[in-house]
Amino acid sequence: MSLRNRLAIFAAVLVLAVTGTVAFVVHTRRQQDQLVAAAPPVPVTDLAAVSRRPRIVFRSTAIGDDYGRVAVVPLADPGGARAFTRARCDRVYSRDGAAVCLYAKPGFVTTYRAEVLNADWTVTRDLPLSGVPSRTRLSPDGAWAATTTFVAGHDYTSPGEFSTETLVTPLAGGVSLNLESDFTLLVDGRRNGSQDRNMWGVTFTGADGRFYATAASGAKTWLVEGSIRDRKLVALREDAECPALSPDGTRVAIKTRNGQAEGQWLIAVYDLATGRTTRLAEKRSVDDQIEWLDDTNVLYGLPRSGVGPSASDVWTVPADGSGSPRLFIPDAWSPAVIR
Amino acid sequence: MYISIRDRPAGPRDRRTRVAGTVFLLGVVSLLTDVSSEMVAAVLPLYLTAELGLSLIAYGVVDGLYQGVSALVRIFGGYLNDRSNRPKWIAAAGYGVSALSRIALIPAHGFAAVTAVVTADRLGKGFRTAPRDALIADVSDPAALGRAFGVHRTLDTIGAALGPLAAFALLLAVPGGYTSVFVASFAFGVLGVAVLVLFVPDRRTGGGGAGLPLRRLFTELAGPRLRRPLIAVGVLGLLTVGDGFLYLSLQHRDDFAARWFPLMYVGTNLVYLLLAVPVGRLADRVGRARVFLGGHVALLAVYLVAAAPSGGLWLTLLALGLLGAYYAATDGVLPALISPRVPAEARGSGIAAAQTVVVLARFAMALAFAVLWQFLGPSAALCLAAGLLTVGMVAAWRLLKGIE
Repeated sequence: MSLRNRLAIFAAVLVLAVTGTVAFVVHTRRQQDQLVAAAPPVPVTDLAAVSRRPRIVFRSTAIGDDYGRVAVVPLADPGGARAFTRARCDRVYSRDGAAVCLYAKPGFVTTYRAEVLNADWTVTRDLPLSGVPSRTRLSPDGAWAATTTFVAGHDYTSPGEFSTETLVTPLAGGVSLNLESDFTLLVDGRRNGSQDRNMWGVTFTGADGRFYATAASGAKTWLVEGSIRDRKLVALREDAECPALSPDGTRVAIKTRNGQAEGQWLIAVYDLATGRTTRLAEKRSVDDQIEWLDDTNVLYGLPRSGVGPSASDVWTVPADGSGSPRLFIPDAWSPAVIR
Repeated sequence: MYISIRDRPAGPRDRRTRVAGTVFLLGVVSLLTDVSSEMVAAVLPLYLTAELGLSLIAYGVVDGLYQGVSALVRIFGGYLNDRSNRPKWIAAAGYGVSALSRIALIPAHGFAAVTAVVTADRLGKGFRTAPRDALIADVSDPAALGRAFGVHRTLDTIGAALGPLAAFALLLAVPGGYTSVFVASFAFGVLGVAVLVLFVPDRRTGGGGAGLPLRRLFTELAGPRLRRPLIAVGVLGLLTVGDGFLYLSLQHRDDFAARWFPLMYVGTNLVYLLLAVPVGRLADRVGRARVFLGGHVALLAVYLVAAAPSGGLWLTLLALGLLGAYYAATDGVLPALISPRVPAEARGSGIAAAQTVVVLARFAMALAFAVLWQFLGPSAALCLAAGLLTVGMVAAWRLLKGIE
């Protein structure tokens, strides 16, 4: 083929690639604007009024200008009007009077932030954070915050450099503890010092400085019980991730692989006294840290495939394996119940 | 830097000259492909968590596994290159698979689908590297190989720097428009493949004949000319602490580093891209083995700076600069060092073997260093690594003695 022909073909490819991309981007942008314009208005209510009652704090994923903002609904009417706060978070957790908010700031270099917010949703403290937000929890007494982020090595010539970083930070001030490097992991009474250990998904108990979390090493995961005072993590059960302690402190809701394919999880409830595990009625794969609605029902987020920016809903299912899953809050993610 | 559109290696008469046009073309292919892949890499973590609601934890586990697979595919790409003797088309297959994987990201919504697509991209990358480097070696004047690879790596790194910029500019225009990023990335990928297919000459690196049979290939790889440099490269690779750990230890030490953690990667890349050509030329002049070893002296200095008890802004910047210099003195210099030592018929496999040795050795070090890090702490672990690297460099120096 002559150089001239080749140049002509290249010019054609170039024009096609550029116009195709521009057309697609413009079309997407227009579609997005139409979607926002056509989206049913989200019923909105007064934040101060909702904040006086038992309520659920979550990230709102309803299409529109408030996408990604933290919203609050009364526990009595979760599907009803929502009150928006000024915070925008990818992952949020809240207790009465305090919240912790993880978010990514996309930019040439994407940075990640973790902030502690007060009852007015103003930032009171920055927490250290070095990766993509994954999980966060506050302790019931308000003394500790836990954050899990995903840290990946940048250099693709050194494979396998992947890790999670889970930090437990005293909210009153002071240094953060790293679950991986500051704690000893005990599996079957033996110390596990393997280099590929990873920890994630902390849930605090009411008692001072105790918590449950996930530990992983090799292909295995464990539900571990941790103590900040002893700096120890003790494995309780294999194949259990992202624990969430029930309000009465007797059970832990977990996600478990249970022999399924990579990336598929079932949700179950593990009884701390008997060691028995009960599978819940939800059949779909759940990749979330569960939140307890009350002592008999749990909440969890499920992504919903569809048009527009990421759609997700919060679902509920009884915690004893009975019943069936039910849509709880549409267009919501990362729920926290404040009783 | 001279630009000329020629496909023949410079004759003995004009030694001081030009980098072949094909090298620039391959550099442009890499630039476009790197814009394409870094666009996706920059937004992928956000896309997976914010958009698909997947947890990155599961993704990361599998990712680590597939990176290992990519190292083996590299060997296969090199081998296929030498068997078929068609480097252009082997490389085109690798670039093509990666480009196609971008568009496949759009319908991929589940965990398995996304990992499969990301794996395809990695496999394509592993597959194309050796034939591409063999082609660069083939069209370049053997005396100016270091510079040729330097030019290629400069263009490659420019693409890597532009990719994230392009991606986030798009996300500004279309908030949450990850699909737009994938489409644009696909377009860049296609352009890269088009430049390769349309303009890069279809040279037979082996000098025209059919490729080498497997047994001869093996004899060449295990032969005395390659054995010593491969061992040296392996020893040095085994003592190379991954940059992830280096960044982390800098971050542990001072607030600046912690705050600007993501920028470290950019800073290192910038130095790499500025130094790739001058260091490549230096390698041609004073010897590639010497510069390759010199790069490891820079790395040793990075260990020591990162291990120092207190840092500060300037020391951190110094460490990043030295790390960039290390990449400039090793990444492109390695194929320049290896390729003249293998007969043209086995060049792809030879380059692939050296690169695979490096990847596997670094992987082993990453695992071992994590243990050291945990038991000794960052500072002591780095000091130990620095001590071992000094010994390793002496050994490598002896192994590389007499090698250009």
